[in-house]
Amino acid sequence: MGSSEHQQLNLLWLQSGGCGGCSMSLLSAESPDLFTCLKGAGIKLLWHPSLSEESGTDLVGLLQSIADGDLRLDFLCLEGSVIQGPNGSGLFHRLAGSDRPMRDWIRRLCGLAHHVVAVGSCAAFGGITSGGGNPSEACGLQFDNAEVGGLLGADFRSRHGLPVINIAGCPTHPNWVTETLLQIAMGDLQQGDLDEFGRPRSYADHLVHHGCPRNEFYEFKASAEKPSDLGCMMEHMGCLGTQARADCNTRLWNGEGSCLRGGYACINCTAPGFEEPGHRFAETPKVAGIPIGLPIDMPKAWFVALASLSKAATPVRLKENATADHVRVAPGNKGREK
Amino acid sequence: MSRRVVGPFNRVEGDLEVQLEIEDDRVTGAQVVSPLYRGFEQMLHGRDPFDALVYVPRICGICSVSQSVAAAQAIAALQGVASPPNGELARNLILANENVADHLTHFYLFFMPDFAREIYCAEPWYAAAYRRFKAVEGSAASEALQARAGFLHLMGLLAGKWPHSLALQPGGTTRAIEAQEKARIRSILFAFRQFLERRLFGDALENVMALDSEQALATWREQAAPESSDFRQFLQIADALELAKLGRAADRFMSYGVYPIEARPLFRQGVWDGAFGELDPTCIAEDISHAWLHQQNGPRHPFEGVTQPSLEVPDAYTWCKAPRLDGRVMEVGALARQVVDGHPLVRDLVAHSGGNVRNRVIARLLEIARVVVAMEHWVQALRPKEAFCSHAPMPEEAQGCGMIEAARGSLGHWIRVKHGRILNYQIIAPTTWNFSPRDAQGVPGALEQALVGAPVRAGEVDPVAVQHIVRSFDPCMVCTVH
Repeated sequence: MGSSEHQQLNLLWLQSGGCGGCSMSLLSAESPDLFTCLKGAGIKLLWHPSLSEESGTDLVGLLQSIADGDLRLDFLCLEGSVIQGPNGSGLFHRLAGSDRPMRDWIRRLCGLAHHVVAVGSCAAFGGITSGGGNPSEACGLQFDNAEVGGLLGADFRSRHGLPVINIAGCPTHPNWVTETLLQIAMGDLQQGDLDEFGRPRSYADHLVHHGCPRNEFYEFKASAEKPSDLGCMMEHMGCLGTQARADCNTRLWNGEGSCLRGGYACINCTAPGFEEPGHRFAETPKVAGIPIGLPIDMPKAWFVALASLSKAATPVRLKENATADHVRVAPGNKGREK
Repeated sequence: MSRRVVGPFNRVEGDLEVQLEIEDDRVTGAQVVSPLYRGFEQMLHGRDPFDALVYVPRICGICSVSQSVAAAQAIAALQGVASPPNGELARNLILANENVADHLTHFYLFFMPDFAREIYCAEPWYAAAYRRFKAVEGSAASEALQARAGFLHLMGLLAGKWPHSLALQPGGTTRAIEAQEKARIRSILFAFRQFLERRLFGDALENVMALDSEQALATWREQAAPESSDFRQFLQIADALELAKLGRAADRFMSYGVYPIEARPLFRQGVWDGAFGELDPTCIAEDISHAWLHQQNGPRHPFEGVTQPSLEVPDAYTWCKAPRLDGRVMEVGALARQVVDGHPLVRDLVAHSGGNVRNRVIARLLEIARVVVAMEHWVQALRPKEAFCSHAPMPEEAQGCGMIEAARGSLGHWIRVKHGRILNYQIIAPTTWNFSPRDAQGVPGALEQALVGAPVRAGEVDPVAVQHIVRSFDPCMVCTVH
């Protein structure tokens, strides 16, 4: 698409079994705002459920003209899981104003789109909507949790030749979405820029741990014990930041936030199956006092050895502050430690 | 008589269809259909109660914090834990941030763009409305998005992120802020106030709050040209299109009350049907006679509620239940909140013309002014270095409820715990009240009543009056059926 710089790129955004939170997050895009950003990239919103004027018959007409091949579809973005229930009928989500399950519209339009983008963990993998026994039989566009397949199947490729691009996250950061769309528009996104789950490596090659302001507590295993404590949340509070693939603590949310900066655990929401961790979200499962989930790429023996060593060396300042909600002991001055 | 199916509706959150009966260019009957079912109440069964704090915000991306606050309050009731003053203030600030951002999103992105539709192109006010409010392209769209994004920086400081924060805990919030962050929040609020005063109101927030009658509002409106502020421009259009005569429902209003400081809410709890009445939460029951759900004997209080989908219900036409208070249809939202609370302007508007498209929008904008001013006081009251969160153990067996006000109205969570696990979790969302189907007595829900009498212009397929009425409620369909 790089050669068609002057051509307008059409983007259609559909929602199915989700909460609309990725759209709400996207509207918080800044510097520039969303509309300016898309305009600058030559992307035209054919239709978005929260933003466009067209409603009812106008929309059904628009979908039909894409289906009939009269309108080029450069981007199809789906937000929310594909709903297959009950009993595979898809009737838990019927497109309003039509008798057809939304699933059927999605499948048809995916076959016509030059790029298919799953926005959020629901559209990518099934996400929260597939939790708790999955009453609505929800799945992702090309994955059913960690298993490739989903609605479109493992072999699906969009017209441009790529699998579904999975901008996973619950919700997605606005810039994950805008930057991915812009990279595609500029012809800068290839198969190799996606990881094994189809996630853009631009953010999935990082760990939430990177840039976490609690890193010093982590280094010395000075741990938080209850909500609002300042310490590292890996040992007791269920934090998966050392395993979760995203750049939340280097990119930041709503100005200068992130889950960890907000004082609560990372729940690894960019990963397939995050909604069913197999334990309480806010509690770290352990065997013999050692967390089951260790930092990614870290050999267990080394982790245990380093952890016990650093625990023995924890400065009083970190020990005190870890279980307080504000800094009780300030850093000392060089050369004045006791 | 002809029948018509209108949908999908956009610029509402989630999926909506409306089935209309039309006779002599008027709507004579309506059925409101929620066509999406996900089953959150089923998913929560058997889980640790704290896990609800991860699941419930994800019911809805636009009412995310509201769902968290309701769940945190329900769990706090199980534990018998109270928040420290800072926790209460921070929770109010976070909830108010979402609610006010939602009102802003509704006005600029969801509601006003309908007046830039071509059907109005012959109206004298059209050119200005088109320039300002045209979907995506109007001058207001980018401006409002930037103001909204800046305002939501408060979430970054107090709640980590928005939507879907885990900062809201039963005993308070997880993020204890320092004095410099308190200062930052003040400046975020000031910047937002400037946008409101320059663009939305064209006047000081205090002057908007002080409007105490329909006459005072009319006088205020005349003090400047319609294009001098977005509120005045709306009032001009509302007059021209007689929006005060459009979309009247049952005129029975309910509010659970919200933003408590030391157990005293900023907006009081109660009901209004021409006079104030106390609210008895034990009189809430959900009727499911017209929903695709396994049928039961009669309406149930949410503590006893069951949600099991079934397509085998002959009279059903939606996934939405029909909540009733003492068997009666209630309207919820900003208008209900302000009339119950007793704001003189809204009391006067409702006395003259009831609940309608114009009054719902006026109440929402008035509420923006009132809440932002309250937020400034709450920030001032925060005490850095003192606690933001209390802690308590979870009992093995208990029940509790959380009843709050989201942007769109009354939101309730009812939770029962047995053996330390969730035995039953039932949610009644604001739009479940407003967009409920008929009950067993055949009484239509609030929107279904409000649509009756709506005019249909010659040649209209998706009647624009119907669109105004539907969007005047600011529906959130993903909350409605969860």
